[in-house]
Order: sequence, then structure tokens, then C-alpha cells
Amino acid sequence: MNKNKEQLLNKRYKAEQRFRLYGLSAIFMALLFLTIFIFKIFSTGYSAFQKTWLIVPVTFDAELMMLDQNPSKEDLQDADYYDIALKSMADLDPNANEDQENELKRMVSYFFEKEIKNELLNDPNLIGKTKEVYLTASDDLDQVFKGNYPRDLPEDQRRVSDYQLKIFDQLVANGKVESKFNISFFTNADSREAELAGIASSFMGSIFSILVCLMIAFPVAVLAAIYLEEFAPKNRFTDFIEVNINNLAAVPSIVFGLLGLGVLLAIFQLPRSTPLVGGITLSLMTLPTIIIAARASLKAVPPSIREAALAMGASRMQTTMHHTVPLSMPGTLSGTIIGLAQALGETAPLILIGMVAFVNTIPGSPMDPAASLPVQIYIWAESAERGFVEKVSACIMVLLGFLIIMNLFAQIIRHKFEKKWS
Amino acid sequence: MRKNGVKMIKIKAKDVDVFYGKKQALFNISLDIEENQVTALIGPSGCGKSTFLRCLNRMNDVIDICSVKGEILINDFNINDKSCDVVRLREKIGMVFQKPNPFPKTLYENVSYGPTIHGMAQSKQEMDEIVETSLKKAALWEEVKDRLHEPGTGLSGGQQQRLCIARAISVRPEVILMDEPCSALDPIATAQIEELIDELKKEHTIIIVTHSMAQAARVSQNTGFFHLGQLIEHGSTDKIFKNPDNKKTQDYITGRFG
Repeated sequence: MNKNKEQLLNKRYKAEQRFRLYGLSAIFMALLFLTIFIFKIFSTGYSAFQKTWLIVPVTFDAELMMLDQNPSKEDLQDADYYDIALKSMADLDPNANEDQENELKRMVSYFFEKEIKNELLNDPNLIGKTKEVYLTASDDLDQVFKGNYPRDLPEDQRRVSDYQLKIFDQLVANGKVESKFNISFFTNADSREAELAGIASSFMGSIFSILVCLMIAFPVAVLAAIYLEEFAPKNRFTDFIEVNINNLAAVPSIVFGLLGLGVLLAIFQLPRSTPLVGGITLSLMTLPTIIIAARASLKAVPPSIREAALAMGASRMQTTMHHTVPLSMPGTLSGTIIGLAQALGETAPLILIGMVAFVNTIPGSPMDPAASLPVQIYIWAESAERGFVEKVSACIMVLLGFLIIMNLFAQIIRHKFEKKWS
Repeated sequence: MRKNGVKMIKIKAKDVDVFYGKKQALFNISLDIEENQVTALIGPSGCGKSTFLRCLNRMNDVIDICSVKGEILINDFNINDKSCDVVRLREKIGMVFQKPNPFPKTLYENVSYGPTIHGMAQSKQEMDEIVETSLKKAALWEEVKDRLHEPGTGLSGGQQQRLCIARAISVRPEVILMDEPCSALDPIATAQIEELIDELKKEHTIIIVTHSMAQAARVSQNTGFFHLGQLIEHGSTDKIFKNPDNKKTQDYITGRFG
């Protein structure tokens, strides 16, 4: 008898130990995945925040630029920079033939003419003089400099020729190649050229979409939740509504994209590819999430508080607005943030309403065409150029940073609210 | 209180029936409640005494499936009449609940809430006065006067209940309903509240639901005994406790059931 009990006890202890072990290994697995994921993203992405520059001596030859004596500002604007730009690249190798000159030109971004022009516009006294100018390296050389480029491939399988590599190595040896923080990644819109592509358009697009989404979804959802929870009679009809709200939360996001396409674009003729349409579509998606969170937190307010207010002679409206709603706000807000975070990462519905279009301008309002961060990731991930690989990871890092900041913000708001009420 | 030897009746319930859905919870309750007296409602759990109490300020309205029939006259006005506005009614009839339920706000806001929503104070000064008098009447002022702007939920259980009483009397109700106000409190806090009830009856008519017969005997002048949804007997507390007419009352009082 006693022995039996002893055995039972041992069994119980062992079961608990096993359970703890399972739990710990589950946590370990989760952390491992997270670490691998973050490590992978960072190790590929961090180099995108650096940009490689070639330092090339440029001679601002007035004759080549077709400038007269004492040119005005307009003259400088209209001057021809292509020839001096070309010449300064060609001068890197005095013995280059015509083909090689072309290859030399392709060592920098196609933007190089403009970079030289800006240099002169900043300092008009440079005419007739020679100055070393920073030119954006082509995306392939950028990758070479960052060590991401397979130099040992046979030449015909590479986009960088042996000749270009030779010149580039000479420049590196002479200290004429420099790596600097990549400001243009944050200030440029998308571009077909990896070295010029940036996230400004998609970042602004995401912000505008989220703002539109918040401004529509939050008030509608909170009002709906308050009405359903505090005022609506409990009958078949409200049950039916409740079931459908829950169903709506489970609808795949791409369906909302189709809805946006069919209703907002086709019927209401709203401008395509804009954060306005994106935000409205996302708000349809976010709505049920916020309603459910808001209702749950309204339910969590103890009935004794409602009774206390009602017994004091507060009307139903006063009870709701003075007591129940403020008490439920922290929960509602965190539900809202979760909904918005989901919306921020949403890609499929935005693709359907055209936010996948190539946008090389930065949107100034929700009515301008824009991409969004997750769609930008999708667009870049599809691109063949090696230069976009690191951009994808960098864009993911920005998106994650955005999410973390949002959550932090939510926590701060929550904290403030709860302090006031406890 | 008697004026010229005549009992002043504050509340007159006539044939009150209460249903929860199809289940009848109260049968034919008729009860007169005297002004400026403490009336205790006693009886075993589930006998309907709390339900009856909640009829008096129409708190049962909150429960969807609950329906009340019959007349309840307060100052000769039927509160179950359609023309009765519950907000006005509840301004006149305060309530204190079983579990202390202060708002999660400051002490000051707790007490000033009623006067605020009923527009009883014209200025900050008036409001301060109302808060002070209410807290003084609730015998809480001395303990909390230095921390009026701290959360009411930070007080002890007994203090919280006195805060709830202060909140209830802040709008100067004619009647105060108390639903087992001491059941969550220790004996010392209970004694304080009972003392308070005695004081409050000078200005208010008090109806208290209690589980404790000793408490009913201590604080009340009149007692009603409920059993299974029926009012078995009511009368002066002295009579109910010493010489009840009904056998069931006798059994309950002497602790044979309940």
C-alpha cells in the first residue's frame, strides 16, 4: 500500500519534470528560430546602409560644357555635362579604347552626370579647374566592394568585366573608393538601379495607409463595439451580427483586396495605387480585429462599476462614457495597435489595388501613388540584380523597426492610461 | 419617525411580482416602509430580499430578462409607471452594494461624481463643501482629508465601503438602499458602518438587506422576513425577533434553518 503511494508520487514528480522540459525546449526552439531569422536579416541587410563611392577627378572644362565667359545660373543649369562626365571616367585609363571607355562609364551609376552637375552648381568657381568628385558606384561594384560579389566566376557569367575589376582594384589601391552611410536609401524613391533605389516612397506610402486605416477603422470599430456591448438588446439579430464580425476577422486578406478593387476602384473611381485606397481596404481588414478587442475589454470592465454609476443616477450614456469606455481604453488601444501592425505587414490586398506599381516619386499625400514597405520588399525580392538582395533585408529591418516603434508607442500609451486608473 | 403619533410611510409596495424570464422570483409583496427608520430585510439566500431591494430604485431594469409587476409608491408616486424617469428616481434613492465598488478614480472624484452629473454644485467651492460634508457624514473625513486626490481603490475594505456610502449620500437622497453592506468587511469595519447607519437614519430612510440577524436586530427598527420569494412577516424588529406570529419566522430567527 505504502509502496504504491510512493510510486504514484514519483510518477507525479516525473510527469512534472517532463512537462517542464517540454516547455523549456519549446521556448528554446522559438528563440532559436527568432535568432536565426534576425541574424539572417541583419547579416544580409546591414550592408545596404553603406554605399560605395568612386572618387574621380573631374575637369570642369568650359568648352566641353559649351559655356561662355561668366555664365549665369541658368547657363549652368542648361550646360552640357555629359561630355565632361564621360571624359572624366574615360581618363581613369588613358589607354582605353572605345569599348573600354564604355565599360568605364558603366562603373558608376547613370546618375553620375547629375552628381557632377550638382558639384558645379554648389561651387560655380570650379569652371576650368579639376576637382575630385564623389560618384555613386554601380550596384555591381558596390557589391564587389562589400565582398558580396563572386569574383571567381568565369567572366561571361558576370556583369562586371575583368577590365572593370582591374580598374576598380587600382582605384581601391589608390584609396579612391570610399564607403559612406547610405542616405539615399532613406531619401530616394524606388529605382530600377539598385544603387539608387530607396524606401522613401514605400515608407511614406505605409505611413499614409496606416493613418487612413486608423482614422477609418478606429472610430467605426469603437462605436460598433460600444453599441453592441452596452446598448444593443441581446437577441437573434445581434447574435447574427456578432457571428458575422467574427467571420469577417477570419476572411483572407486578399479577399478584401478584391473588394477594394471591385468597389473602391471600379465603382467609386478612387485613384489607383494610392494609400487612400490602400488604407480603406486595410481598414476593412482591421475593423473586426478592433471590434473584437474593444468588446472584450468592455466586457472585462467589472459590472459593479456600471451598477455603481447607474445607482448614482447616471444615464446609460453617462455610465458608458464616464466609466466603461475609459476603463476599456487600454485594451482597445492595444487591440488597435495589433490590428494596425497586421495591416502594416499586409501585402496581398495592396497588390490587388495597384500599390505594387513602380513608383519613383515620393507621395506627398494619401492621394498620390505610392508603394508600401511590404510590397516594396516583394518588388525587390522579385528583381534579379544582386544589389537588391541586401535591399530586401534592409527594407525588412526598417519594417520591423517600424513595428517595434509602434508597439513601444502602444505600451507607453497603455501605461499612461492604466496609471491614471489604478 | 412618528408625527403626532402617526407613522409616516415613505415607500408603499403593493402586490409586487418579479419574474426572471419565466421563473417567478417574488410573489405578491406588499410592504410599507417608514420614513427615517431603518428597515431590515432578512431571509435565507435566494429568498428574494435583494431582488426586492433592487426594485426600489429600478436596478432590475439592467437585467434584460427581469420584469416587475405591481405598484411601488414612493412619496405616493408609482415608480413603475412609464412616466417615471429612472435618472431622477435614482438621484432620490441611493444605493450601497454588497462589495465596495468605488470608481477607479480619486476619492474626490468618487464623491463629486453624483453632484456633478446632477448639476448640484455651481462652483468648485460648493463642490468642495459637498465632498467634505458627505465624507464627514460617512465618518471618513478624518482618515482621508489629506489624500482626497489619491485613488479610491487604495483604501481598505471598510474605508472603501464608507466611501461608497459618502458617494451615495452626496446627492442627498431621501432613501438609501443597502445590499448586505457589511458582508465583505471585518467586525470592526462592520461596527463602524452600523454606527453610521444609525446616524444616517436621521436624514434618510434606510433599507438594509442583511444575512446577519444580529445586525438586523442591532440596527433596524422594522424587519421584513422573506422566504422563497414571499414576504412571510413584517413588523417592528422587536416583535419579529421576540414574538413572531409565523412559525417559519420563529424557526429562522432561532437558527433552525437558513
